[in-house]
Amino acid sequence: MEDDAPVIYGLEFQARALTAQTAETDAIRFLVGTQSLKFDNQIHIIDFDDENNMINKNVLLHDAGEIWHISGSPADKAVLTTCYNKTSESRVLTCAAVWRMPPEWESGSHESPDDSSNNPQTLELLCHLDNTAHGSMACVLWEPMGDGKRVISLAENHVLLWDLQESSTKATISSSATLEGKGQLKFTAGKWSPHHNSTQLATANDTAIRGWDLRSMSQIYCIENAHGQLVRDLDFNPNKQYYLASCGDDCKVKFWDVRHINEPVKCLEEHSHWVWSVRYNHSHDQLLLTGSSDSRVILSNMVSISSEPFGHLVDDDDLSDNEENQQEDKGKEPLQDSIIATYEEHEDSVYAVEWSAADPWLFASLSYDGRLDKLTFQASAG
Amino acid sequence: MSSATTPPDSDPTQRRRAHSMLKLYYGLNEEGKSTEQAESLDPCDINGPHFDPEVYLNKLRKECSLGELMDHESCMVKQIRSLDSDMQTLVYENYNKFISATDTIRKMKNDFKKMEDEMDCLSANMAAITEFSARISGTLQDQHAQITKLSGVHTLLRKLQFLFELPARLNKCLELQAYSQAVSAHRRARCVLQQYSHMPSFRGIQDDCHVIMEQLAQQLRQKFRDGGSSAKDLSECVELLLQLDEPAEELCDKFLSHGQSRLEADLQGLEAELKDSAVTDTVGSLVQKTSPGSNPVSPSSSASNPFLSPTAGTDILEFIDRGCNEFVSNLCLVIASYQELFINRPQEGELASKNIPEMANGKLHAFVDTLAARYFSLVERRIQEEKGVGDNSLLVRALDRFHRRLQAISKLLPGSAVPSQGTEIVVRAARERIKQYLSALQTFYHDSLTDVRQALAAPRISVGGTSVSGGGATSKDATPSLPELLTSLSNFILNQLKSVLASVHLFTAKDITFSNKPYFKGEFCSQGVREGLVVSFIKFICQSSRQYCESAGDRGGSTPPALLLLLSRLCLDYETSTISYILTLTDEQFLVQHHTPVTPVTALCAEAREAAQKLLNHYVKVQGLIISQMLRKSVETRDWVNTIEPRNVRAVMKRVVEDTTSIDVQVGLLYEEGVRKAHSSDSSKRTFSVYSSSRQQIRYAPSYTPSAPMDTNLLSNIHKLFSERIDIFSPVEFNKVSVLTGIIKISLKTFLECVRLRTFGRYGLQQIQVDCHYLQMYLWRFVSDENLVHFLLDEIVGSAAHRCLDPSPMEQSVIEVICERG
Repeated sequence: MEDDAPVIYGLEFQARALTAQTAETDAIRFLVGTQSLKFDNQIHIIDFDDENNMINKNVLLHDAGEIWHISGSPADKAVLTTCYNKTSESRVLTCAAVWRMPPEWESGSHESPDDSSNNPQTLELLCHLDNTAHGSMACVLWEPMGDGKRVISLAENHVLLWDLQESSTKATISSSATLEGKGQLKFTAGKWSPHHNSTQLATANDTAIRGWDLRSMSQIYCIENAHGQLVRDLDFNPNKQYYLASCGDDCKVKFWDVRHINEPVKCLEEHSHWVWSVRYNHSHDQLLLTGSSDSRVILSNMVSISSEPFGHLVDDDDLSDNEENQQEDKGKEPLQDSIIATYEEHEDSVYAVEWSAADPWLFASLSYDGRLDKLTFQASAG
Repeated sequence: MSSATTPPDSDPTQRRRAHSMLKLYYGLNEEGKSTEQAESLDPCDINGPHFDPEVYLNKLRKECSLGELMDHESCMVKQIRSLDSDMQTLVYENYNKFISATDTIRKMKNDFKKMEDEMDCLSANMAAITEFSARISGTLQDQHAQITKLSGVHTLLRKLQFLFELPARLNKCLELQAYSQAVSAHRRARCVLQQYSHMPSFRGIQDDCHVIMEQLAQQLRQKFRDGGSSAKDLSECVELLLQLDEPAEELCDKFLSHGQSRLEADLQGLEAELKDSAVTDTVGSLVQKTSPGSNPVSPSSSASNPFLSPTAGTDILEFIDRGCNEFVSNLCLVIASYQELFINRPQEGELASKNIPEMANGKLHAFVDTLAARYFSLVERRIQEEKGVGDNSLLVRALDRFHRRLQAISKLLPGSAVPSQGTEIVVRAARERIKQYLSALQTFYHDSLTDVRQALAAPRISVGGTSVSGGGATSKDATPSLPELLTSLSNFILNQLKSVLASVHLFTAKDITFSNKPYFKGEFCSQGVREGLVVSFIKFICQSSRQYCESAGDRGGSTPPALLLLLSRLCLDYETSTISYILTLTDEQFLVQHHTPVTPVTALCAEAREAAQKLLNHYVKVQGLIISQMLRKSVETRDWVNTIEPRNVRAVMKRVVEDTTSIDVQVGLLYEEGVRKAHSSDSSKRTFSVYSSSRQQIRYAPSYTPSAPMDTNLLSNIHKLFSERIDIFSPVEFNKVSVLTGIIKISLKTFLECVRLRTFGRYGLQQIQVDCHYLQMYLWRFVSDENLVHFLLDEIVGSAAHRCLDPSPMEQSVIEVICERG
């Protein structure tokens, strides 16, 4: 198929933050936040037109600062949160805020795509997640499949649960928890579990992974030394409620059953440098995407620990839905875990990978190149 | 007759000639030899029968000169004369003999006449005697018949008397315990008594005898049963009983059960010994367990060392000796006497028909089998107790003795399965032994590794102490033991392996009886020693080495890096030479014939190489991690925005360089230098800095102008597009440069990633510049391709510049001054 080759999109600035627009289920859309200390930062809204194999982009100004983390509301596709660096009085603080995209961006971009980059519209600030008491924000997480009213932010060693009120214009802390103890307690990553009625959260600090019950705001499990070094990212298996994938600076990707935390279920060691991002495919949990600072993105097929262990990877429904992007493999895939593909197109460290929310066969990966942001759409044939 | 005619005084040759001529004359030449006949066919032979005077004369005349003829003639005349005189002598002699013979004959005639008269007289006398004799015999006829009759009666009476006296006699014999006499007496009488049993008197006797004999048999059985008597007595007993018509089967059973009871006593003795030794063993170990409190030094050396055999109880050789001397020899004795009694004895009369030998043989086999099985189980238990692998010769000698003694049974009992079972036990013991040796080797390996670890740990402390205070100069004192450790470890292992091989080799020594069994010739050598011991051990080394990479944890805290390096070198040495050496040694010692497929040397070498590679990679990873952690901490903990203007290179950078240097020294002790890319001729420190400064000038110049943010990125990205991708945690080669390159790559990449996560102030960037320049000054010499260091450091400075709020870099000259100052 002609779209075997990745589709590449470049940004002017360095970038680390990437998310799929969670609430958007029709268009294949990703949001990228840039990092620049000298210029106004931007949020690039990138649409992939899978019929023409083309990319449409829109740029929104994010003048609050360089973006370290970005995530879209699951309920309202125009609402998103960012974590951004604010420098004031020789102090660098990472803050978080909820934004709304201006309603015109879509129409405007279609009419005059050239103008949009020249005169980017500005995001509308809905509210700050006030963190003066808690320190730098590592990330903001929306309640999965929620109504867009609840977010969690991880600030230093605090877990903060926010209620967004009055159309998200007001944020109040409804509950919080603090990690105390010895060692490096700063949270590096977190993930809100989509299971158990969204009452569980997993966080990473240093080499440990912790689970939290959001009702009591108390720790429910702790995997000490989950990785040899810093844990960079984690993700929940969308179909198996106790399964969790994590990655870190020991170049490994580990799979955990949180009921048996002494040993990982599985361990992959394919990357040759730190693994920064790990993502389960939303529909087919055997497909796993990892991005690493060895500039590689690896798509793995973890059949042995998936919820579809017998190789029913390609449903007929999915096939008909995505026939254009499919390069389906009619032969039943072997049951062994395997690497489906290694993408080596990036020239710099890949800090983020993300599956599309709309099309289970598409993903994007973002590298730091500074100038190059590659959106790599790839038909992933199981 | 002819000899008689020869004169006794004539000399032998003459006599011979005359003799032959006479024979010729009388036609007696059939006695003559063929050669003489052949000679005599010649007509010129003057002595031959076909002599032709004409031919002879002609020949002479033709051949001889006149002188010769004259000589010949005179010679001839001389011969003729001598012949004539001989003839004359003979004639005279014969004549005289004739005269004397005539005289004798005349004399004889006269004598015969006288004899005829005497003979007549004799015949008359004889007639008279005959007549008298007839008369006498006529008168004596009656009396003679009577005497004959009387003597017949006498014999009968004697027999009867014997019969009547028989009971008493038997009783007496019984009293005197002269069983054999009694039995033979009874046997003589038995038929008669049987025949005349219809007569009441005889019947009485027969009954009496019967009772007595019954008693006797009873006594014999008793004696037989008591078993106190000697084998000879026993065999006599059995013989007698057999003659008394005892059922042979019963006797066999009894004999065997008797033998069994004795053998069982032996077995119980052995078993008791076995238990004793077990008890003392446990007691010994208890003592050893309890002793550390009182004596902390000795138990660690003796208890943990598997090469010391347990001293408690009797050793196995004694045990086997005892088994052989008591049980096996007794068993042989029983077998031998049994065979003599029941199987090999000459068959006579009715006994032959009962087919005793076959029955007896069957019983014997069953008997021997059950007892041997028990014996074997005891021996096997004892062998299993033989856990210590110190002195294998004892075990081998014990097994040899065991096996050798069983051969005696096989000689006695050709069809028995006992010897083969014994061989199986030996084979099992040998297998078990190999396993024990393997595990002992493994323990030894672990122990020696622990030793190495301790040896490494001791100087490492001093490294830490000195390098913090003094610097790299003193750290050299701490590490020179590394190659020594390697050689000593390697030698330890090799020697141990050799000694184990030597020990195992005892199993195949020529003077050991079982060494020529097919198992010991083939499978033992190939599957047992080569595969089971040597190959397994090598594999074990590789595997345990690999485990160091995995189990040690990613923080690398549990395994000292030097040990990883050491093991890696060890595995590499194994790959290059040691494995093939060991295997050749094994093959030579054991003459391995590869009937079954064996692990080829190449496969083992590949495994060792893989292990070496893995270890070295892990070493690089661990060392890289240590340096990375330093760099990461230094970047993460500093407030880069509010830092002061750099005056010095940060201490952590010095530390990095120091550590890298000491790693370089450490690796250099074990690995070769390796190949670097050719340095540009101006890669000395001075020109290098100029070079790098000029490069950096180019790179940072555009970033001063805020209007062109793309250019720097463009440059670096183009650079990236065309430069090779750098794999950070990539496998390294077996040389120093490659190892160091790997470590430095890991460290600098960490540095880069950490820098990218931070925001820098103006002086923060300048500090990074200084630090990087310092690293550049010192690190290039360690790596294979200095451009790699340049590239990574440029990346770091570039990233820092990007992350800088106020990017105004420091003057290159100032940087150089700062760096050179310290």
